[in-house]
Amino acid sequence: MIYSYYPGCTLKDRAKQLDICARKSAEALGITLQELPNWQCCGAVYPQVTDEIASRLSAVRALQSAEGGKLVTMCSACHHVLKRTAYDWNADENFRTKAANYLAEDGGYDGATEVVHFLEVLRDEVGFDELKKKVVNPLTGRKIGAFYGCMVLRPGKVLAFDDPENPTIIEDFIKAIGATPVKYPYRNECCGAYVALEDKGSAEHQVDRALNSAMDAGCDELITACPLCMYNLVENATAHKLPVKYFTELLAEALGVKEG
Amino acid sequence: MENNAKFLTETALRISGVNPRKCMKCGKCSGTCPNYDAMEYHPHQFVAMVEKGQIEKLMQSKSIYLCLSCMACVERCPRGVEPGKLVEAVRLMQIRQQDKNHKGARDIPEFADESVPQQLLMAAMRKYRK
Repeated sequence: MIYSYYPGCTLKDRAKQLDICARKSAEALGITLQELPNWQCCGAVYPQVTDEIASRLSAVRALQSAEGGKLVTMCSACHHVLKRTAYDWNADENFRTKAANYLAEDGGYDGATEVVHFLEVLRDEVGFDELKKKVVNPLTGRKIGAFYGCMVLRPGKVLAFDDPENPTIIEDFIKAIGATPVKYPYRNECCGAYVALEDKGSAEHQVDRALNSAMDAGCDELITACPLCMYNLVENATAHKLPVKYFTELLAEALGVKEG
Repeated sequence: MENNAKFLTETALRISGVNPRKCMKCGKCSGTCPNYDAMEYHPHQFVAMVEKGQIEKLMQSKSIYLCLSCMACVERCPRGVEPGKLVEAVRLMQIRQQDKNHKGARDIPEFADESVPQQLLMAAMRKYRK
């Protein structure tokens, strides 16, 4: 299985483990992740108004560069922006026309690239049952909560990642690597996001609520796919703390390819 | 409605693509908003104020910088009004004006330490400055 791969800025620096463990795990699973040459910023946030065209262009360039294949993302934010832009290209004629005019000199884009999150690759292409067979170091007995956050789930009709109100993909992943998934009420709520810059108290409020909810349900640790959730869950927790890891770190551990 | 208020309302509706008249005032958006307590104008009030043409008041409110863009109200609105899009539209109308950036590069050094992910800084600059 060969896929184009869009790592994104944070995976080159603050979230290196998300990237490194993904690459090692992919190799162990027989998946080739080919990093897009010269990729640019995904745009960081998806603009929720119809007249923001230029801020979605770098996402279109990534789609264009993947040449109609499947483009794998790891970071929730990159995934959100790229998948929604791919959707807009096909669903919104106004956006498509204007973006195509901007991109005319770089060659066209035919709308064929499909954006998939690495978790979707594990579920839909590898299969969690197959993944389970490749686990050499099952994480038996560990009670792990999934922190989904917002960006991989909503809006559900565009992201089409999982049921936005009752997702199971990360819990199924946790089962596949031999651990025990623990569901808790705030797993698909906001971490506080970029508002941490404006109002740290707000981020602390969101995180404390989520962590209380996770601890009440019996989680000993959390996993996430999002560097922004990771930051808030770790740095803005005031009441309680739980260890938080990227999902790829546990995947690499279970597959026996994690260093250190 | 006086001319400027009318123009601002039309702009907010056009760029957000939202029709506030579909709102049945159930309050689910405010019920689900994780930052409800911090906001001066709550999501359901936001929708009502846009319908009444009170855009200028919203543009001056801190509430527009406290929306987390978590899309809980967008996903859960039973009428497809999607209040979060209105918040985004009004905030953009404010910061697109000359010299109205809410935050800028100068705010970063004081905030950013080694734990802050690049994604947060990019997102905040996209949300708070034009």
